[in-house]
Amino acid sequence: MSISTFVIVSVIKIVIALAVLLTSVAYSVWLERKVLGHIQNRWGPSYVGPFGLLQPLADGLKFIFKEDLTPPHVHKALYIAAPMLSVICAVSSIAVIPIGNWVDVAGLHIPLEITDVNIGLLVILGITSMGVYGVALAGWSSNNKYSLLGGLRASAQMVSYEISLGLSLIGVLIVSGSFSLRQIVDAQGGRFWGFVPRWNVFHGQEVAFFIYLMSAYAETNRVPFDLPEAETELVAGYHTEYSAMKFAMFFMAEYANMITVGCLATLLFLGGWHGPIVGPPLARVILPVFWFGLKVFGFMILYIWVRGTLPRFRYDQLMAFGWKFLFPLAVANLVVTALVVAVRA
Amino acid sequence: MAPVATPFFFYLLSGLALISGILVITRRNPVHSALALILTLLALAGIYLMLYAPFVAGVQIILYAGGIMVLFLFVIMLVNVGRAEKERQFNKQWLLAIAATVGLGIVFVRVFTSSQTLTELLKRPLAQLPETSNTQQVGFSLYGQYMLAFEIASLLLLVAIVGAVVMAKKRI
Amino acid sequence: MQVSIAQFFQRSDYLMSLPMILLTIFALGILLIDLMLPDDWKWANAATAFVGVLFATAGLIKVQIALGEAHRQMVPAFMNSMVIDRFAIYFWYLFLAGAAVAILMSVHYMDVEREHHGEFYALILFSVVGMMCMASGWDVVLIFIGLELMAISTYVLVGFLRRDRRSNEASLKYLLLGAFSSGIFAYGLSLLYGLAGSTNLVIIRQRLAQQMAAAGDHADPVAVLALLTVATGLLFKIAAVPFHQWAPDAYEGAPTSITGFMSVAVKSAAWAMLLRILLLGLAPLHKIWVPLLVFVSIATMTAANLAALTQNNLKRLLAYSSIAHVGYMLLGLIAFGSANTPSGVDGIRGILIYLLVYTFMNLGAFAVITSLRRRDVIGDEIDDIAGLFFRAPTESVLMLVFLLSLAGIPPLAGFWGKYFIFLSLIETGHYVLASLAVLYAVFGLYYYMRIANAMLMRQALDKEPLKIGGSMAAALGVTALATLLIGIYPEPFIRAVDWSLGLSQHPAIAHLVK
Repeated sequence: MSISTFVIVSVIKIVIALAVLLTSVAYSVWLERKVLGHIQNRWGPSYVGPFGLLQPLADGLKFIFKEDLTPPHVHKALYIAAPMLSVICAVSSIAVIPIGNWVDVAGLHIPLEITDVNIGLLVILGITSMGVYGVALAGWSSNNKYSLLGGLRASAQMVSYEISLGLSLIGVLIVSGSFSLRQIVDAQGGRFWGFVPRWNVFHGQEVAFFIYLMSAYAETNRVPFDLPEAETELVAGYHTEYSAMKFAMFFMAEYANMITVGCLATLLFLGGWHGPIVGPPLARVILPVFWFGLKVFGFMILYIWVRGTLPRFRYDQLMAFGWKFLFPLAVANLVVTALVVAVRA
Repeated sequence: MAPVATPFFFYLLSGLALISGILVITRRNPVHSALALILTLLALAGIYLMLYAPFVAGVQIILYAGGIMVLFLFVIMLVNVGRAEKERQFNKQWLLAIAATVGLGIVFVRVFTSSQTLTELLKRPLAQLPETSNTQQVGFSLYGQYMLAFEIASLLLLVAIVGAVVMAKKRI
Repeated sequence: MQVSIAQFFQRSDYLMSLPMILLTIFALGILLIDLMLPDDWKWANAATAFVGVLFATAGLIKVQIALGEAHRQMVPAFMNSMVIDRFAIYFWYLFLAGAAVAILMSVHYMDVEREHHGEFYALILFSVVGMMCMASGWDVVLIFIGLELMAISTYVLVGFLRRDRRSNEASLKYLLLGAFSSGIFAYGLSLLYGLAGSTNLVIIRQRLAQQMAAAGDHADPVAVLALLTVATGLLFKIAAVPFHQWAPDAYEGAPTSITGFMSVAVKSAAWAMLLRILLLGLAPLHKIWVPLLVFVSIATMTAANLAALTQNNLKRLLAYSSIAHVGYMLLGLIAFGSANTPSGVDGIRGILIYLLVYTFMNLGAFAVITSLRRRDVIGDEIDDIAGLFFRAPTESVLMLVFLLSLAGIPPLAGFWGKYFIFLSLIETGHYVLASLAVLYAVFGLYYYMRIANAMLMRQALDKEPLKIGGSMAAALGVTALATLLIGIYPEPFIRAVDWSLGLSQHPAIAHLVK
């Protein structure tokens, strides 16, 4: 297709993706408060709109209208740039995540992702690595000892668990033979033994899935690894000095990261958009997207469920777990996977 | 897809790399220097992409800009930055240093432009390596021709870790 | 894509890397057992290291025998990135000898310094592995990585006396300057890769020769630039002027046994690397690096000898004397590079013999200085060695032997090194250089005799008799024996050098330059 068509289609895809992502972020906050509430035997938000569904709208308005205060003692440039960096990195990953099969519209054969790079997985890992800077710089630029310590703790945690994260994903890479996310999902089509779907989590990467889950919880600073943000610990860690919109940006970045992690887990381990497809050709386009959404939704529920159930790790326990347990386990998983693939070939 | 606007991107990325490089050495605040270095590394990753080496670009971002520089920043942030900011950046001979640098730069430019071999090499058509095989190519090189160097590099990392612990830990 | 591993490896690769593998295993073992040793059993680390060096020597003998049985002069390994030829085997023996003596010297010394940790010996073994890669590398990447491995181990070893400020300073200076020079070296290597399209020294040499032939025997400017930057890195490592500034400080601040190790093994490794790169990879450019080396060697000899005249610190004095010796060795390289004939080959023979004798005599001198260290006395000033004759007569006589050998007095070993170098200079017609070198050798005699004067003629400031541990006595014995033996009966050693250069079979040209 010509350049102008390509640009127009891409812009449309970006707009839709951003809209969907940001709405999901807002409503995942609602979901969390509701589910957490029910776990803790209370209702959660239920006043603003039916079932509290307009609560995110109210929260958003509150954040916009709050006074945006820049304390005088901060390093201005980095203070303002840090939340922007966090949000940019959190939202950019959506560019390489495919959510379904192809769509044939107006004679154009459009893939359901913004771009399909051959190194899709590497791009996501790279963007996650850059996201660490948002946290570290926020902590440092606030010119506040609690923030600095919280920021350094959070970034140390993120860097440590990034290693196990990457290693677990390499297991998937070896089995699928490509970095491109679409090709990894395509490699998981079909079933074996007739009824068990050929998802990576059933097809040899169970340990990798477990490692990925643990590392993802730590990467996104969620319970049980959320020590850097816990109120009782370092006041509020790296976002102590932030208020109103900038704080909202950190908040959004965290939930967007959760959604990205869920999407990635779905694509790499749970077979992406593969699921039973029945019905008319329109359903053939919509149903994969639906299955994908369902699996991501399942992930979010799991995240929130874990948050409501488990206590948090102490920092030294957290680092010990990452380095002394997860990392050797990830390396062992890699070695075993590589051996099996090499022997079978 | 065919490359688009190569000269523009090349000048943009190289300019970014050069300017960030100069910022690294001229900023007083070490944190700003580290951030400028990160920008340089990202610009280099862009240039690797232009050379049809997406794997190298990705690894540059993940490891160098996203791992090593984070550790640099840790150390800088934990160290008393206030004292470093007040120190002079350059000593009294900065004029002579700039003159020497410019002289060296002129020598380099003369050498590279007057070299027959380079001119011959550049006349050949540019290698169009298929992007999809960059990872495979790197893998073959690492485990084929440079395998011993690769293994010795792992020893090098071990020595660095042992050295760091020996130097820094109070009781070993 | 199905690929079999067999095309990347051959069986012989394992055999060729046997000494390196053994050293690595022993080093890793030391790191592990160190955790379990109580404080007064720390010498077991040294024992393990020494046993490791012995095993590696045995492995090397096996490799040499295998090479001889296959009637081959050289065996490339690991897809032509490494070559085991006689030159490499000779240097590997030198490294192992240097490491063994350094380990023997360190046992009691590090105990007195209260820094007797297992990592010390593990790092010595790792640096020997790096040296082995440097000496036998055909691929520029392998040489560079071996260089870095050796260098980083040495940086840490130099700074091992963590409570001593001089040691920290020495390590930091060495690290910073070493990192800079490695960076410039790597830039030069990348330029060579760009010109030749491959990182293998043999191919680099072919392409450079082709390009020179096509351009009418003029060297390409980029090749000259590459030569200059590569030479910067190489000359830094051997501590030649003007890249010698790190050496006095690093030698002075380091633990004395490591100073001995650095001045001997690291220097031999740097020379092996220099000879390989200049004589194999950059041989077509020899018309350019010979005049360059002339300047460097004259500057080196001048600066080092003049600086050593006024030193009061023994380690610094020996550091400057090391730099001066490098100046003499460079003369041998000049003699070879400027005349590619049988007489020129004496220059390379001279360098190799010089390195052999230098290993033992320098280690011996440093062993004596190391033994001066006691609980409250640092022992590296000339005042500390005053009157040694009255406190420890054997030691002082051995020190006299080492000093005379360093000065080049027959019938001691040092004489033969200087002899071959000066012979090669005269044979190739460099009379000015030869007379300059002899003049500077006389300067050397002054500062060595100054030490001997303090030892033998002055009153001891400290009357306590000197006790020497068993391993130190072994180290002193070995080095003194070697110095005397090579001096009185050099024939077998000269034949060993000829063998390593392939001269006994091809009297015309060393196989390096074939």
